[in-house]
Amino acid sequence: MHIQLLYFGRPADHLGIAQEHADVPDHLTTLAELLAWLRLRGGIWQQELADHRIRCAVNQEFCELTAAISPDDEIAFFSPISGG
Amino acid sequence: MNVSIQQQDFDIAAELSAVRNGNGKIGALVSFAGLVRDFSGDATIQSIYLEHYPGMSERALHKILEQATARWELLDARIVHRVGQLLPSEQIVLVITAAMHRKAAFAGCEFIIDYLKTAAPFWKKEQTSQGVVWVETRDSDVQQMQRWQRGHDQSGEKI
Repeated sequence: MHIQLLYFGRPADHLGIAQEHADVPDHLTTLAELLAWLRLRGGIWQQELADHRIRCAVNQEFCELTAAISPDDEIAFFSPISGG
Repeated sequence: MNVSIQQQDFDIAAELSAVRNGNGKIGALVSFAGLVRDFSGDATIQSIYLEHYPGMSERALHKILEQATARWELLDARIVHRVGQLLPSEQIVLVITAAMHRKAAFAGCEFIIDYLKTAAPFWKKEQTSQGVVWVETRDSDVQQMQRWQRGHDQSGEKI
């Protein structure tokens, strides 16, 4: 399944990545599973994408980690927001 | 209603004038400006860097303005939010509300900035005398926002 991944805030800075087009296994159905799959990259990915440190959006709407993912979704992972 | 996310500074008087312009029903105009502090805890702030999620941030701010407009029957509302590198004392964000009466304008303005801090995808990185820190959502900001959901403040007064 083809998914566009965006990163903002602390994880984008620490991982040195703003976006990527990922080919993820079809059996991944939720954001939590996608995060776990990304953490398999090891090292800093494990720390930065720990569930409790990450907030997310699917197609530009804030979502819980239990949210479902679909092909061609735009998925963003970021640290807790701090505007204003 | 108007939302602007921009690198350049804003002129509060010019923004107020643009909201006020030609609308004779406006009896109250309220503005809030957020500035960069020069300290964070014990550290001195040298600069901050503000990042946003293009597309989602504009949508989120529009949604907040729509909610405030409906709740307090605002005649107009505007948000200007800066991004990029900012120095202490620089302006970060401006919220303007226009209403027939002051109570609605004050409440609407406070609601908008409270929601902006907890429901719009912006991130702030502080460059301080003690290193670099990505600021995260403060519990006090979440509590401030939740007051509006309850519809009353701690003293029980309706808001």
